[in-house]
Amino acid sequence: MLSVLRTIWEVFLHAFRKRVTIQFPEEKPRLPPRYRGRIILSRDPDGGERCVACYLCAVACPVDCIALQATEDSTGRRYPEFFRINFSRCIFCGFCEEACPTYAIQLIPDFYMSEYKRQNLVYEKEDLLISGPGKYEGYNYWKVAGVKIGGKDKGEAEREAPPVDLQSLLP
Amino acid sequence: MATIYIDNKPYDADPSRNLLDVCLSLGFRLPYFCWHPALGSVGACRQCAVKQFKDEQDTQGKLVMACMTPAAEGTRISIDDPDAVEFRRNIIQGLMMNHPHDCPVCDEGGECHLQDMTVMTGHDYRRYRFDKRTFRNQYLGPFVNHEMNRCIQCYRCVRFYRDYAGGRDLDCFALRDIVYFGRREDGVLESEFSGNLVEVCPTGVFTDATLKQHYTRKWDLEFAPSICAHCSLGCNTSPGARYGTLRRIVNRYHSEINGYFLCDRGRYGYEFVNSPLRIRDVTWQGGVIDGAAGVERLSTLLAAGKVIGIGSPRASLEANFLLREAVGAANFFAGMADDELRLVRRILEIMQSGMASVPSLRDIELSDAVFVVGEDVSNTAPRMALSLRQSVRQQPIRSIEKLRIPVWNDNAVRDAVQSAKGPFYIASPYPTRLDGIATEVCRAAPDDIARLAFEVAEASDENSPAGRIAAALRNAQRPLVVSGTGLNNAAIVEAAARAAQALGAALSYVLPEVNSAGLAMMGGGTLAEAMEAVRGGAAETVIVLENDLYRRAPAEAVDALFRSARHVVALDHLTNGTTARADLVLPAATFAESAGTFVNNEGRAQRFFQVFIPHGEIQESRRWLRDAMLAAGRIEAEALDRLDGVIGALGRALPRFARVHEAAPPAAFRLVGKKVPREPHRYSGRTAMLANITVSEPKPPEDPDSALAFSMEGYSGQPPPPLIPFFWAPGWNSIQSLNRFQEEIAGPLRGGESGVRLLVPNGAGQQQAGVPPAFQPRNGERLLVPVYHVFGSEELSREAPAVASLAPGPYLALSPEDAKALGEDTAEVSIGGKTHRLPVLVISGLPEGVAGVPAGIPPFTGLSLPAWGKFSRMP
Ligand code: SF4
Ligand code: SF4
Ligand code: SF4
Ligand code: SF4
Ligand code: FES
Repeated sequence: MLSVLRTIWEVFLHAFRKRVTIQFPEEKPRLPPRYRGRIILSRDPDGGERCVACYLCAVACPVDCIALQATEDSTGRRYPEFFRINFSRCIFCGFCEEACPTYAIQLIPDFYMSEYKRQNLVYEKEDLLISGPGKYEGYNYWKVAGVKIGGKDKGEAEREAPPVDLQSLLP
Repeated sequence: MATIYIDNKPYDADPSRNLLDVCLSLGFRLPYFCWHPALGSVGACRQCAVKQFKDEQDTQGKLVMACMTPAAEGTRISIDDPDAVEFRRNIIQGLMMNHPHDCPVCDEGGECHLQDMTVMTGHDYRRYRFDKRTFRNQYLGPFVNHEMNRCIQCYRCVRFYRDYAGGRDLDCFALRDIVYFGRREDGVLESEFSGNLVEVCPTGVFTDATLKQHYTRKWDLEFAPSICAHCSLGCNTSPGARYGTLRRIVNRYHSEINGYFLCDRGRYGYEFVNSPLRIRDVTWQGGVIDGAAGVERLSTLLAAGKVIGIGSPRASLEANFLLREAVGAANFFAGMADDELRLVRRILEIMQSGMASVPSLRDIELSDAVFVVGEDVSNTAPRMALSLRQSVRQQPIRSIEKLRIPVWNDNAVRDAVQSAKGPFYIASPYPTRLDGIATEVCRAAPDDIARLAFEVAEASDENSPAGRIAAALRNAQRPLVVSGTGLNNAAIVEAAARAAQALGAALSYVLPEVNSAGLAMMGGGTLAEAMEAVRGGAAETVIVLENDLYRRAPAEAVDALFRSARHVVALDHLTNGTTARADLVLPAATFAESAGTFVNNEGRAQRFFQVFIPHGEIQESRRWLRDAMLAAGRIEAEALDRLDGVIGALGRALPRFARVHEAAPPAAFRLVGKKVPREPHRYSGRTAMLANITVSEPKPPEDPDSALAFSMEGYSGQPPPPLIPFFWAPGWNSIQSLNRFQEEIAGPLRGGESGVRLLVPNGAGQQQAGVPPAFQPRNGERLLVPVYHVFGSEELSREAPAVASLAPGPYLALSPEDAKALGEDTAEVSIGGKTHRLPVLVISGLPEGVAGVPAGIPPFTGLSLPAWGKFSRMP
């Protein structure tokens, strides 16, 4: 009996607390940057497409809602020919972001993606690719990878020695 | 059997094997790099360290390399010993010091043995603070991509390429921590087995260059067990598809046929499936119609009667059988050149006669004296050449038995053997790539080759060449005679059989195409008879099944056939001369889009299954024919809907095919109630790949023809061998996972090998063709023999861009003497009523009076070769 009365009292007190509910959409919520909402593809600090089409996000996705196809430019830089996320399936778990070795795919605090037609929730690369590095500034995968691409020869990546001279006779 | 102790538990082990091999067979997870089941051990990588103890009392023990230690009776080792674990972790750490940060863009990723072993040993953090060593890559041709930074110096590549496959242009260079694996300079890899580097290399140094153009990870590919369609050996393959196109082919182990390796034609020929020449629409007199209308047209033609069918040695048994059913046995004609058909029939008779045993490729590998009679094996049945290369090692290895070196101790064996080779004799009109391992080579015209082989059968005089060959084979334990249809010479076929019989040797024939044996077994008239039937008015409609008749008979004859036929129907994959002349063209599924059975050169029936569902109106030939039969009111066709129904009907109609159904489990086969999934369980993107078309996922397609499902869901254990779509095991993502599927390393797959031999010896052997007269050169003429090219001579792989880029153009091969007499870079030759001016290719060693032209390469298609060619200016 006593506990019931105490509960009623506490519920009553809550009526005077500050509200957490906000009047969305007139009022926008402030969400932390690591909130897991809409997914974007970012660019590296030099403005290049970050995604290297490694398929890791796709394989990590528990609902298999990411599909892409890798291709390469003439210099050997790999990127996705198409990149599709079916947001009507996405559960915003963030596994793709965790799997991504290049920081390309990121979940951002934008969650308002309601559509009348489910088909409109299918996003292609044009819809996903933003013009900046997103949450992670500074990182450029190609600067650490060993493969040669346009503008970066062998031995020019971070912590790389110049290519071995096979003709040298020095011991 | 010996008893060995692993972490104090006793196990049975074969003492002739090494500890690594035994541990892996027993299912232990012991990491390794340099050891390869087919290449043996060299102890180069130090990754397979275990601790060995003297006896039960020994607590200290010492680290040994499992791959270099025999599994002798009483051996006590520990895999889990902390020192061993630590040692193995340190080895990986060392290998990773210079390893590039490439996995995301490395084509090996997801099926990388180095990734697997790194995870297995638990190494996860690079502590080395200094710079990474880097290398420049090389251009190695259209098949193999090179990314040298990823090398871990296991030496597998050069050991395969040089020691096993006999290649010379790949080697290791430089020294200490900068050893480099590549060519002396950029250039196309010369060996026709270079593609195996992709699987042999445990890292991403060598990767599939054709896959790179439409790169897909292993986990995203849809696989099915398949059979290579590019020669008569029937190597087992595992093609992978994604988004409705074929992406690559990898080896599917079969202990008796291809073992661990494929040839490059088999690996890269697949690209024809994606060719722009693919027929995807039904056309009637040039206009596109829909599939139903196509069936309607075909059924009208069938119902009208007077129809003949021309089968194909590159179509499955089932497709050929359905054509035979549709037109009636009397109206079915085998779609091979007439002399070729006679030859293949005779070969089957010989194989069935029991004159000699029919070896598998594995038997060929173990042969210890070989006589190759007039067949350019490297170019007509490449994988067999790789087996033959191993055969010359058998006698030398036996001769060092007293040194008691285990055969798996590869370096020691090679050091002891040096360059010694067992007896290997070749008779061929032109130099072949196997000449380098031959004891003696005989260059002769086709008839003279036959004479030599007849002589070998009778020979007693050890001083004549024939006598030496006879003696070598007679003294061998497992002698072998190899011949085939390459030179299109009945006497050669006969002589090879005589020689094999007289010397007690096994006898292997190379046949022209993937299902030549199957088609010849099915029966049917010759092409000449088909042409006669049409010319005489007995037939009005000709149905051509997966066959370009312009490759089977002279163009004039085929033109005449098409002119006199009222209607021509062609079912095929690619646009060709025949489909261009056909009124009705039906797009036929390739090997990768259909299921069926091929019979290889040993008479082994093997099933291949559909890998993916193609775009467009493409259907299996047998379905087009069956639908048309039904539409024409032939209710018996109802039972021919599913593959199993067709195979059953085939066995009933032609009892020699009664056992074809044993080649693989039927469609109703289930494992704990489930089908076998074609896709790995981590197949990605299934709710997105079609979402651009419609966001509601369609139901996965059904497969009524097999126990395989177009899905990632299904039975997760090991299916029976004919149904294994791909090799994968937990912790083993690379092709090395195969170890988990074998009864013992390099032995048969668990559940027994697939395929069923259809030819049962019946002891009815009798000789036919006699000894031909000696070859007589003619004045002003040369006998043009077909010169085969692994890349270019085969019809379908010719349309694969990578293979095509290595195919030669037309040429005229002349001996240096003839070329000198001619004195020009081009020559004019008349053959079959046509004159061609062609560039001259000088081939030294061509016998007098003999010249060569490339086989299967226009304009020399449809000609019956060898044939006499007239030169305007030639002595
Ligand atoms: S994980 Fe990252 S880099 Fe890889 S495909 Fe996905 S977005 Fe691209
Ligand atoms: S070889 Fe293996 S470990 Fe090395 S980059 Fe390629 S996938 Fe990664
Ligand atoms: S290239 Fe590959 S196979 Fe050759 S040594 Fe390096 S890692 Fe081994
Ligand atoms: S040897 Fe013949 S069957 Fe084997 S892979 Fe090569 S072409 Fe295919
Ligand atoms: S596998 Fe034993 S040392 Fe390499």
